[in-house]
Amino acid sequence: MATESRDITEATETDRELTMSRAMVEAIAWEMRENEEVFYMGEDVADYGGIFSSTTGLLDEFGRDRVMDVPISETAFLGAAVGAAQAGMRPIAELMFVDFFGVAMDQIYNNMAKNTYMSGGSFSVPMVLTTAVGGTYNDAGQHSQTLYGTFAHLPGMKVVVPSTAYDAKGLMHSAIRDDDPVVYMFHKRLMGLGWMPSPTGPKTPVPEEDYTIPFGEADIKRHGNDVTVVTLGLHVHRSLEAASQLEDDGIDAEVIDLRTLVPLDTETVLDSVRKTGKLLVVDEDYQSFGVTGEIIARAAEGALDDLSAVKRLAIPDVPIPYARSLEDEVNPSTDKIAAAIRELHE
Amino acid sequence: MYEQMVTARYYEERLQEEYLVGKQPAFDISAGPIPGELHLAAGHESSGAGVCIHLRDDDTVTAPHRPHHIAIAKGVDLKKMTAEIFGRETGLCRGKGGHMHLFDPDVNFACSGIIAQGCPPAVGAAMAAKKRNTDSVAVAFLGEGAIDQGGFLESLNLAAVQDLPVVFVIEDNDWAISMPKDRVTDVEDGSRRAQGFDMPGERVDSDDAVAVYEAAEKAIMRARDGNGPSLIEVQVHRRMGHFMGDAEAYRPEADIERAKQRDSIERLADDLRAHGVSDDDLDEIRERAHERVDEAIAWAKEQPEPDPSEAYENVFTNPPAQTATDGGSEGGEQ
Repeated sequence: MATESRDITEATETDRELTMSRAMVEAIAWEMRENEEVFYMGEDVADYGGIFSSTTGLLDEFGRDRVMDVPISETAFLGAAVGAAQAGMRPIAELMFVDFFGVAMDQIYNNMAKNTYMSGGSFSVPMVLTTAVGGTYNDAGQHSQTLYGTFAHLPGMKVVVPSTAYDAKGLMHSAIRDDDPVVYMFHKRLMGLGWMPSPTGPKTPVPEEDYTIPFGEADIKRHGNDVTVVTLGLHVHRSLEAASQLEDDGIDAEVIDLRTLVPLDTETVLDSVRKTGKLLVVDEDYQSFGVTGEIIARAAEGALDDLSAVKRLAIPDVPIPYARSLEDEVNPSTDKIAAAIRELHE
Repeated sequence: MYEQMVTARYYEERLQEEYLVGKQPAFDISAGPIPGELHLAAGHESSGAGVCIHLRDDDTVTAPHRPHHIAIAKGVDLKKMTAEIFGRETGLCRGKGGHMHLFDPDVNFACSGIIAQGCPPAVGAAMAAKKRNTDSVAVAFLGEGAIDQGGFLESLNLAAVQDLPVVFVIEDNDWAISMPKDRVTDVEDGSRRAQGFDMPGERVDSDDAVAVYEAAEKAIMRARDGNGPSLIEVQVHRRMGHFMGDAEAYRPEADIERAKQRDSIERLADDLRAHGVSDDDLDEIRERAHERVDEAIAWAKEQPEPDPSEAYENVFTNPPAQTATDGGSEGGEQ
């Protein structure tokens, strides 16, 4: 963690710390000021300011025409965002929980994701789909998923998963300016909400000015030589905590935050694996046919000879259970991550 | 009906107390004995009780994310339901579903935490009843915020075109989290949606549980007699936030006060008194209800938490011999 904070401070020369939600909103507000074609719509995004504080204060500054509460009609308003984007505007549409994608998936993956390709490139869909992801607060099977792999699997969407305030702001600027549909998945536990305390990591120094973080650049949040840990979202922080616990035992883990799944920074993963020879992938999505398998496949394709041990931790192919003891069992914990790193190191 | 309503009201008040244990002074949604979101239904009692009193165990009910008053009125086992809300092993769903996802096959009760998505399964239950030539019916409850959702509108159409024995009950509490009804629809009377599908629609525009009873009786009898679906909208009131922890900063103070004043339970008590029911009788009913709730909560709190190994059970009814996670993961060990 110390390494991470120092790096960011040097890079940005600021000590102003923001929560992830404030950093994300700052980028949206900056883009809305610069470009009148940017607008935000979703459920409870105006007066409420977003259930997970994704739009706090935007209504006051920009008014109801540009920060729009809409009926609970995801098919209609996500599809409308596609249409507005194809008309050249830059809508940001919020799906309150990613778990609600089911009622509007046709607009997401048959229209938003495919129209650029199917039109032979004659249409662009420059929209951002923001959505809250993740568990750890016992909200059961319909409100706790990340579905990282689902969105990354279907071609035509760029998929972004910030884990710190610094990354959240830079990735949001990039997302709004991008000419393609971007799915921006923010983890509830990282937003810095008063009623859902975050770990200490996501609150970071954030520059006042605008800046972009290019898609497809993973961030090495902790440098190490013994084991490579590839992860994203909340589990960046759990992995960093596990890595620091192992320091005293002389185990030096490297923690890579993917930051974007589409495009995926394979090179950073391969470089690390070539150095350590040992790969752990940690994901808060379902295990099979997902992020963990994809990363391991790419490592095998690109650095098979360098690999001596591989392991993955993810949700073990069960819906997210409600009871605390059950959710804790299936969501990879810091202890499980530490044990897995230790096992790989032996 | 009065007993169901006072049971439901006291249940929500007691759950509110239990939910806040361990979550204060700073509210932390994941702390305390009841984790996760909690959507309480105080102020909704007339719809659950007035509708479900006409139903039998073999009739199906689907409820949304605010289900407790409906579950109580449908006869869901109160102890097991409470244990489920506390995330205990002996809960209705063995701790896997929680308060938004209560399932009780004994009385054909199910939930969905996704807006309007309980409507299609209710249509399916009605389809099964019709195909099997039984006279059982299905009732789907949903909030007024859900009536702009495709799952609801498609269900109305399918039920109508196939003359299925299903009743849709909109509970209009005026608010979809922070969105007042007049900002999401131009049609104030949600029951008018029925006209577009050529089925009867009726709105009960008061806090009168007896009026709910009468409207529901008509619709359910019509369904039971094979004459097809109906739509009812019931005016209810949200006496608490959308979920526990919702400060309702968006909601005018006067609206909150009005919701608390217009109490269908008090109104029904007045009606009963006018018909000769004594205060002592009403007190006795209330005490019996409170005792039952207190007993259920006390029982639930004594129940054990599920063993972590339970997390891997029930993914399938017939589990495959080897699952994809066997062998590769920490979590997959059984």
